[in-house]
Amino acid sequence: MAITLTEPAAERVKSFLESRGSGIGLRLGVKTMGCSGMGYVIEFVDEINDDDEVFESNGIKIMVDTKSLVYIDGTEVDFAREGLNEGFKFNNPKEKDACGCGESFTV
Amino acid sequence: MALLQISEPGQTTAPHQHRLAVGIDLGTTNSLVATVRSAQAQTLPDENGHHLLPSVVRYGEEVIEVGDAAVEHAVKDPSNTIVSVKRLMGRAAADLKSLGESSPYEFSTGDSSVAKIKTRSGDVSAVEVSAEILKTLKNRAIATLGDDLVGAVITVPAYFDDAQRQATKDAARLADLNVLRLLNEPTAAAVAYGLDTGQEGVIAIYDLGGGTFDISILRLKQGVFEVLATGGDSALGGDDFDHVIAEWMLQQAAYKKTPSPSLVRLLMREARSAKEQLASDNEVNIKVEAEDFKWQGVLSLSQMRDLIEPLIKKTIMACRRSLRDADVSAEDVLEVVMVGGSTRTLAVREMVGEFFQREPLVSIDPDKVVAVGAALQADVLAGNKPGDEMLLLDVIPLSLGIETMGGLSEKIIYRNTPIPVAKAQDFTTYKDGQTAMAVHVVQGERELVDDCRSLARFDLRGFPPSVAGAARIRVTYQVDADGLLTVSAREENSGVEASVDVKPSYGLTDSEIETMLRDSMDHASDDMHSRMLREQQVEAERVVEALDAALKKDGDELLSEEEKGNISEARELLVNAKASDDSENIKAAIKKLENACADYVARRMNSNIRNAMQGHSVEEYAGKDQE
Repeated sequence: MAITLTEPAAERVKSFLESRGSGIGLRLGVKTMGCSGMGYVIEFVDEINDDDEVFESNGIKIMVDTKSLVYIDGTEVDFAREGLNEGFKFNNPKEKDACGCGESFTV
Repeated sequence: MALLQISEPGQTTAPHQHRLAVGIDLGTTNSLVATVRSAQAQTLPDENGHHLLPSVVRYGEEVIEVGDAAVEHAVKDPSNTIVSVKRLMGRAAADLKSLGESSPYEFSTGDSSVAKIKTRSGDVSAVEVSAEILKTLKNRAIATLGDDLVGAVITVPAYFDDAQRQATKDAARLADLNVLRLLNEPTAAAVAYGLDTGQEGVIAIYDLGGGTFDISILRLKQGVFEVLATGGDSALGGDDFDHVIAEWMLQQAAYKKTPSPSLVRLLMREARSAKEQLASDNEVNIKVEAEDFKWQGVLSLSQMRDLIEPLIKKTIMACRRSLRDADVSAEDVLEVVMVGGSTRTLAVREMVGEFFQREPLVSIDPDKVVAVGAALQADVLAGNKPGDEMLLLDVIPLSLGIETMGGLSEKIIYRNTPIPVAKAQDFTTYKDGQTAMAVHVVQGERELVDDCRSLARFDLRGFPPSVAGAARIRVTYQVDADGLLTVSAREENSGVEASVDVKPSYGLTDSEIETMLRDSMDHASDDMHSRMLREQQVEAERVVEALDAALKKDGDELLSEEEKGNISEARELLVNAKASDDSENIKAAIKKLENACADYVARRMNSNIRNAMQGHSVEEYAGKDQE
């Protein structure tokens, strides 16, 4: 399995990294928090940690720590627009239930 | 599922705990909202893709319209459509009268001194109108970001006084927006260009909008921005460029009549689009056809430059003045930031570049740069940036003073002093036996208290009576980091104290704002004259009072009838001179009276010494000397 970015998502990440001026890639992961148990982490990466698995998708390096990987393996991250809002979306095959707002989830 | 944004490493927030903050540029003509998303500061567009929200509010039959919808109705419904409300912020009714004919609104003054505009939805204040604009921007931000906001950084002109800043905060509160802080517009522009992390030194912010011009000189020192000086012209902007181009068209077409309002509007629009085209082209074809006006011609870049050069020169003059205020020279300026749509005009960029001898910064859209800077600051204040502290220093926009005898303002803290600051000054009593002193706190640059803004009054009472000039009253002005002024007075000999926290006086019936602050430069010579006159009048009063007291005590004893007549004549002369408005005349009369009294004063001195020494021997005094 792997972690992937859709092309629009990869383009956005690339331009964000460029405008930020530093950073080597994107960190994806999970954190125990929120109303349904867990929440997604999506951050810029300045350095790779020892327990990181590194993926590459559409030219973007994706770092995922091994603990998080079991929850999100197979996830595809997309960039979407809903009305005025726009942002990244996790299409996680392991996600069974999400809270109403979709910001936290259970597997 | 929800849409997520990329956070800084380790800064992922728990769901529903986003620290979303926005920066708002609440402008005279247009307003903007911006935020930082995935490390990028961007202004947020509305559903039609428009970033700029015209700062226009219309109180309609059923709904309140803000922005483009209100603009459309402005011509049909002018009295219920409010434009440029920023100019009214923090102003009292009395202030607005002095704005004169230019305002199309009908003002009503109820029981409070806040000016209210009459609309069909009732009377509304400038704060309420601004709140409508803020609400619209807030709703746009919530719709865009998908969550409620932690707060906002709202920008204000660097020259806004306490009352205007407080009014802006009140508008935010009405709009249910948490103000993280108010930020000076020029500082926000500097932040947008990342100058806060750049080289330390002096930065100039040149802000030429549609109808206003502001120049601010900032200094970056140890990551802190200090506003050294501000200046500008509240009635000079890109609209004036359009105006001279329109006039040129009338001249070219040899149009002799007075143009109708609709023709003026049409020509202004043509002039504007010609000006905008000349930002990228070398010449532009203009064709205007209206009722009785038909003209076609070519306007070249250099022709336009000749037309608008006098206007740009005016802004350069203001730049020079501000540099002088800031006590720096043009060579000291490291960077020049261009703000405002009118800085797109090439001639403006060139002349500003020439004056400061460097290429001005223009890479960020000059309409958006202030909002972008505010968003960056909001992001830091909301806690989304680790270990990055961006402290911004503010200065006192207008001098804080105290009223002294004769209605003069004695400045205690000068304008452009960085806050927090505390300054003290000693005063004394004016009359024998005085046991109280009134402290009147004023703000402004003018010499006469009547021309300054009254902030507060209080009395220091109950100190022991003494002769005039013996009491020592220390008045301390203290301004904290939030700009709140505390004034305290203490009679040093007895320890009697009194103090007051000064809240901006707009809207408070007990401390009326007396007159709008006018540019002190315009009145410098009047003011100097007034100050000299008042000073001489006070001096004359003091001399007459002292003379009367002396005459009562020993006049009959020490003076002959003839001498008394002479003195009385000179006294009469002075009393009459005092009523005139010629300070030289008063001065001469004082001198005359002093001359007339010279013998009398000498005799009094002798008699006083005689009285004091009576019953003592010379040896006693000699002995004292040896001690």
